[in-house]
Amino acid sequence: MNDIITTMFNKTFMEELFKPQELYSKKALRTVFDRLAHASIMRLNQASMDKLYDLMTMAFKYQVLLCPRPKDILLVSFNHMDAIKDFIRDSPSIFNQVDEIFRQLIEMYSNLPAGEFQLIRQTLLIFFQDMHIRVSIFLKDKVQNSNGRFVLPTSGPVPYGTQIPGLIRMFSYNGDEMKKCEFPNGGSYTSPLQEGSFDLYGDRILKLGTNMYSVSRPVETHMSGTSKSSASHAKENAAPNPLAKEELNLLARLMGGLEVKKTTGSESGFRVNLFSTDEEEEEAAILRPSELSYQFINIQATQDQQSNEELARIMGEFKEEDPVSLSPCSKGDDLLAMMDGLL
Amino acid sequence: MYRREKSIQIKSSASALYNNLSVLPIAEKCLTYFTVVHCNVVNMVSASGDGLNFSHRQLQSKEGSIAASSSLIIQASWCVLPSRVLLVLTSQKGIQMYESDGSIMVYWHALDIPETPSAEAVFARGIAAATTLGHYICVGTSSGSVLVFKIPDKGANIVLSEVLEEHRDPITDITTETSRSKEYIADIVSADDSGLLCIWKAGEDFKLLNKIPAYGCSCSSIKLWSGIVIAGYGSGQIRLYDALSGVVHAEVNAHARWIYALDIAPDSGKLLSGAEDSLVRIWKLSKSPESHSVEIEHQHTECVTDVQICGAKFCDPEGSAFAVTGYDLCEIIRYTLV
Repeated sequence: MNDIITTMFNKTFMEELFKPQELYSKKALRTVFDRLAHASIMRLNQASMDKLYDLMTMAFKYQVLLCPRPKDILLVSFNHMDAIKDFIRDSPSIFNQVDEIFRQLIEMYSNLPAGEFQLIRQTLLIFFQDMHIRVSIFLKDKVQNSNGRFVLPTSGPVPYGTQIPGLIRMFSYNGDEMKKCEFPNGGSYTSPLQEGSFDLYGDRILKLGTNMYSVSRPVETHMSGTSKSSASHAKENAAPNPLAKEELNLLARLMGGLEVKKTTGSESGFRVNLFSTDEEEEEAAILRPSELSYQFINIQATQDQQSNEELARIMGEFKEEDPVSLSPCSKGDDLLAMMDGLL
Repeated sequence: MYRREKSIQIKSSASALYNNLSVLPIAEKCLTYFTVVHCNVVNMVSASGDGLNFSHRQLQSKEGSIAASSSLIIQASWCVLPSRVLLVLTSQKGIQMYESDGSIMVYWHALDIPETPSAEAVFARGIAAATTLGHYICVGTSSGSVLVFKIPDKGANIVLSEVLEEHRDPITDITTETSRSKEYIADIVSADDSGLLCIWKAGEDFKLLNKIPAYGCSCSSIKLWSGIVIAGYGSGQIRLYDALSGVVHAEVNAHARWIYALDIAPDSGKLLSGAEDSLVRIWKLSKSPESHSVEIEHQHTECVTDVQICGAKFCDPEGSAFAVTGYDLCEIIRYTLV
């Protein structure tokens, strides 16, 4: 856990993230995600990694889509940060690293106007467009339908700053209220809750972004029934990206900041399997529709980059290592612990 | 009141963008054209009057000399002028204008993009035609400027005639007076992210007639009808103002989430609103000539279950049919009056 968080909040990596830039392509994000997942001695093979990535993507899509107001995406991030800080509260050096980034987030985003947050949200929604992978825990909690679409309730508290729909006020020419009318709003809305805190510490009020797994449950993602969305998904990956070179440069800079932990002979790494058995995992890898496989960007060391020895070393380590299998009995518990940690 | 009809399937899903549906009824040919933006592509579909035949076309965003770009399209809208109809696309790189069927691009205007990416996004958004004392198309930008293009009766000799610098925040929407009467002085209204509304008179030199201040919420969609400004806000509220004086006629607590689209049926005064709360509502505006007051009443609500509405338009000037798009949805949903 410490390894993953230390890597994620690495100074160089964070500096890159805070620069103004375009939304990552799906390939680029998957590559960064893989690097982060391998930052500790934990290892996942292709099928489990795909599943983990699907889970995280759909969970984040849910959080961004359901935000009552655009500024709430910042509260979602703060919920994530609060949880991360809780994991490493006993390690002062990493804690300070995370704390520093938290302060930068507050400084950069707290005063952004609502219209800008909406633009950020709309851009994020472009990334998630056409993804309808069904997630067991969402289906069970009835926040996702069997067609993969998230439930948008027409009940509950309205966002902070919004009035409950139903009232029409009409004014005369000199500004006096002339007439009041009500109409049925078609839902069962209630008054807004108080606004969540945007400070370093405080009650965020919003539940989106908090631990989905507070109650222990099995976790699965379903690939069937996504054929319609997979067609457009595949098309997007195949379209030539004129900015591909820019993207690779960015990735190379990011990789420079992300160290991969190598498992030495004495210290055995452990492998995470997101399926119930090894056999199931192998089967899933074979059966996964090819258009839904994530493509990796293979960074070839260019003339310039070869001069950076450290970068070349890291790129060399980018290849998948042979997993060291653990005994299967405690897999379930390890899995849940991982899920808690990473979400 | 309204009945849901068979949807029109589109090639790719609608992106979460304000005013993400444009409709062009072509009465003579008994056809209706629709456009919906998906990332860097505009999906165009033309539907026959009997609802049986459809033809599809896709337009891509452009970037300098690159014909197909990955830059995102922010809005697509038809501009109806007396002599011609142009389809205008705005993106992160510039403004493209096509003949109405999307067959030929007649004009490209590149936005000023800084060398290194700045903290502010650059894009164009907000499209409207003005036909007083000349033919113009107004397009807004993320810097707050409104670009005014002068449009000839035919051909590609389109020129940038003026840049209006009144807004300080990104433009969200621009609208033109929709009633057929010539008695109204205000021609164009522009809105921005802060909620400020500017009222203009078109001409060789556009004249600022009035500024309606923001009340604290972003304005994402506006319409102008019979001298009344109709504004949809991020708070879910709709406000009606007198264009010239700025007097508030009405405040409607209309939606529980951010409003994404408004449309007016000029012949009946019907208003359509769509929001992220998955609801589409129909209202009726009426003017009382004696008291100079304007009234609005709620007529109908449709719930598009689990869909965040991003586009809503009437399909005819009376408002007897309307169409709706939603984020992540690969169809245009239609309703007709029964």
